[in-house]
Amino acid sequence: MPLSTQSQADDEPYVLVASLDNARNLSNILKSITFKDHAIFSATPNGLKVTVEDSKCMQANAFIQADIFQEFTIKEDLVGFQVNLTVLLDCLNIFGGSTVQGVSTALRMCYRGYGYPLTLFLEEGGVVTVCKINTQEPEEPVDFDFCSNNVTNKVILLSESLKEAFSELDMTSEVLQITMSPSQPYFRLSTFGNSGNAHYDYPKDSEMMELFRCTTTQTNRYKMSLLKPSTKALALSCKVSVRTDSRGFLSLQYLVRNDDGQICFVEYYCCPDEEVEEE
Amino acid sequence: MLCICVCVYRPVLAKAIHSLSRIGDELYVEPQDDGLALRSVNSSRSAYACFLFAPLFFSRYTIPSGHAFRCKMAIKSVQAVFRSLASLEKTVEKCHIGLDEKKNRLTFTLHCKHGLLKTHNLSFQDSESLQAVFDKDSYGNVFRSHPRLLVDTVVHFPPSLEEVTVSVSDERMWVRNHVEEEDRSKSMLTELCLASDEFDHFAVTTQNSVTFCLKELRGMLVFAESTGLPVSMYFDEPGSPLVLSVTDSVLEGNFVLATLSDDSNHRKNNSRREQTPPPPPNDDFMDDDMDSYLIAMDTSIAPGPSATRPPTPPLAVSTYSKQPAAANHRSRLIAEEQEEEEEEEAELADSAGPPNKKFCSLFFGSVLPPSSQTSTQPVTNQEVLASDSEDDEQ
Repeated sequence: MPLSTQSQADDEPYVLVASLDNARNLSNILKSITFKDHAIFSATPNGLKVTVEDSKCMQANAFIQADIFQEFTIKEDLVGFQVNLTVLLDCLNIFGGSTVQGVSTALRMCYRGYGYPLTLFLEEGGVVTVCKINTQEPEEPVDFDFCSNNVTNKVILLSESLKEAFSELDMTSEVLQITMSPSQPYFRLSTFGNSGNAHYDYPKDSEMMELFRCTTTQTNRYKMSLLKPSTKALALSCKVSVRTDSRGFLSLQYLVRNDDGQICFVEYYCCPDEEVEEE
Repeated sequence: MLCICVCVYRPVLAKAIHSLSRIGDELYVEPQDDGLALRSVNSSRSAYACFLFAPLFFSRYTIPSGHAFRCKMAIKSVQAVFRSLASLEKTVEKCHIGLDEKKNRLTFTLHCKHGLLKTHNLSFQDSESLQAVFDKDSYGNVFRSHPRLLVDTVVHFPPSLEEVTVSVSDERMWVRNHVEEEDRSKSMLTELCLASDEFDHFAVTTQNSVTFCLKELRGMLVFAESTGLPVSMYFDEPGSPLVLSVTDSVLEGNFVLATLSDDSNHRKNNSRREQTPPPPPNDDFMDDDMDSYLIAMDTSIAPGPSATRPPTPPLAVSTYSKQPAAANHRSRLIAEEQEEEEEEEAELADSAGPPNKKFCSLFFGSVLPPSSQTSTQPVTNQEVLASDSEDDEQ
């Protein structure tokens, strides 16, 4: 890789250097959380976390572990910055994002620290492009305080079965209602649209249901407009874990397998719709 | 639950709904003794389609006894139930259609693989019975072929083309794009000739030609091709509906398309093909004929005599006098305006108003209030008629 030969390890002033042989491994997963322009990047020695929020009611996090990168050097415990995600994605696809086998864009992503731009070195077929994206003051992401101790219901489904349901969801419905229950209907997605309502029921013993752990019957409604972006992550994923806590907050965790068979996670948090919370 | 239809899922049900969606925006559902009828009509009421699924199509078929139930609903919402045909075919095992009259919901339940249960409770409106008046068995010209033949024929026409003209002789069928007289010099004419031996059945009693909308024909062909069922085409006179039909042991589908009634059609034909002009009686009764075959919406709950579809011998004078009487009773859609129509025809030949309006005006023709018998406005029918059909829907 021509890029790796350029690295001069120690005397570099960067606080963060991350290299990927295939930039698609990053761009694909970032695409699945692109519903707002601004993304908060937080890098720790474990890897990179990218956060996008909407209306303070919904948050999406993409986790890319350090070992996904061919090189991941971080000189501080936490490096945080904010960039325009759309611009970043445009840069990552600057060579057209070819999906042809054997043709991939190599990436080296460097950040010098507060006040500096995020520098991307992209190389494909011997051509190198350097992109500098101005960074912004990182905002504090909303803490949804979703902790596994408060989880009342949890199911893990193969994404395949949810993809169908999500592709058919009645978009004239303002909300998606999720019912999880230890008894019938177990796991139900409901919409209430112009032409009537629709329910999708998943029995707990279905082959699509990898784990079913529901302790109480819970029915919550979530704004369709907030959940809609999560279908991008769903499309990429192979499994999804659906959890609700005692407050009715929803967590959707998607397990995404990238081109090289490595595993990343995308997580969505969503607040329930107020008016029906106390139903 | 009043009415229950259960069937092992067959894609043909979804395909029928998809092809009905190419006709109109609303799906009329009527469980009848002889099966579940799904119907649709377009907004200008120039095209109508009906599928009848026999009780045998279902593994269980129970309908309310005593009072008839019928409803209409947005076809889009029903389509949403059967959205992705390809994946449905692989995943759905059983389909259940039930009516919850208390909640005024029609419930479609799909039992899918892996135990997934999809329930769609769709709201509906009460509706009048939708019934086109046509008697295809009395038609003189009958053709039957594998859908492929017609698919291969219409594929040559651009998607933007609105109407085609089908002409027949004893041995051949010509299909060509319909071009308004005034556009003739500018447009390209495409004509295909099909020999009678390409058809499974080819019976011509009157050598004439009809012009009708291509869109609905295409819709029908998509259905026929995907099910592989042979398509039968019936038509008679220009101005009387053309019927396309597919039949199977458990289902029957009929598409009734209005045809253009235009004197120039005859003239064109005669000059182009040295065809023998249609026998004089036909001409004389053409307008009556149109009335009797016109797609009429039955607004009465108890269907009039026409619902029994009297077996009409082709071209028999008596039929024409009988049928309008039956039709008049049902709604204003059938108006007594034969004289007016005749005069209009004569005028149309020369005045030839806005091209497409001519086509529409024909189908709306019968909705014209009798007061328009003054016949000074041959082509101003549109607004009148559009509003009429709106009234009808309410």
